[in-house]
Amino acid sequence: MTLPAILLLALGTYGLRLCGPLLHSRLTLSARTRVLLARSGVVLLCTMAATSALTTGHGFAGWSRPAGVLVGAALALRRASFLVAVLAAAATTAGLRLLGLR
Amino acid sequence: MRSLWNTLDRQLRRDIGAVGLAIGVVGASFGAIAVAAGQSPWIPLTMSATVFAGGAQFTALGIAAGGGTAAAAVLAGLILNARLLVFGLSIADVLQTGWRARLLGSHLLVDQAAAFTQAERDPLRRRAAYLGCGVLLYLTWNLGTLLGVLAGRAIGDPRALGLDAAEPMVFLALVLPALREAPARRCALAGAALALATAPFLPAGLPVLLGLLGLVAARHTSTEPVADAGTEPVADTRADPPTVRSTDAAPAPRTADDA
Repeated sequence: MTLPAILLLALGTYGLRLCGPLLHSRLTLSARTRVLLARSGVVLLCTMAATSALTTGHGFAGWSRPAGVLVGAALALRRASFLVAVLAAAATTAGLRLLGLR
Repeated sequence: MRSLWNTLDRQLRRDIGAVGLAIGVVGASFGAIAVAAGQSPWIPLTMSATVFAGGAQFTALGIAAGGGTAAAAVLAGLILNARLLVFGLSIADVLQTGWRARLLGSHLLVDQAAAFTQAERDPLRRRAAYLGCGVLLYLTWNLGTLLGVLAGRAIGDPRALGLDAAEPMVFLALVLPALREAPARRCALAGAALALATAPFLPAGLPVLLGLLGLVAARHTSTEPVADAGTEPVADTRADPPTVRSTDAAPAPRTADDA
């Protein structure tokens, strides 16, 4: 990352954050726009989850990372805290690598 | 600040504290992964302080470190953060105490702070939940990043500690509750499949943006009338001569605004 890119991302993000508190009395998004914005966030998060769990660059990330993520996701679905889920995912991945799985 | 924090009951304080700790761990993984990817220490530190959005930071850094363009990195990060606009509208009431609150408080807006705030009804408790969670997460995220940067140089490979599994966990934890809604789930799965299928050959960053095409997967249910309205005018304008279309189109928006 270069400094201009970081600053652009930071300013843009701050702008998005400020929009709501600044404009909430004047800006009324249609229900459809709200749904679309919320849904595109969901799609991006899911896409990021899938690609960051399964790929590194253009290739497959190996089995240990998705296996760890699966353990963390199962815990999260069973209402474990986020901290427990993250630590379990990392520990599983690290353990599998220690055993020689890629 | 302290008295505000005390308006929250113990259970809520403990919940916010646990999320703060978890975000610190993820911040550490961000710092360690960034340094391991060959970035100078100031890069993850500056990003955590100024961007303060884990998903966008991991995404932008991943794209940049994977050889993608800066434009793709920034664009992907900003699209990912567009949801903050919606969250901002939903918590706007807690920042109506003045300009300073709005300008400074807005920077603390993250998914978790919005979620804790939305769960409260009482105005004072909403304010306390928002500021308590926002301030705590800002501190732990940046402290975590710093520790990760320092540890990353000592560990060498953060993969040995499984730290690379923390990133997908952040996204999953944020997205899992939303996946209960069927249309969103369909869109999300379609988008993820599309991104995975194109990741082997498209430049870094593009597959994630391409995944947004998954949004059309919802069309078959809730937005059917909208889809119909979209196709009709296209057929009309094609039939009309261009000159008639342009003169007709000009006054149309004005009358629509007046009405």
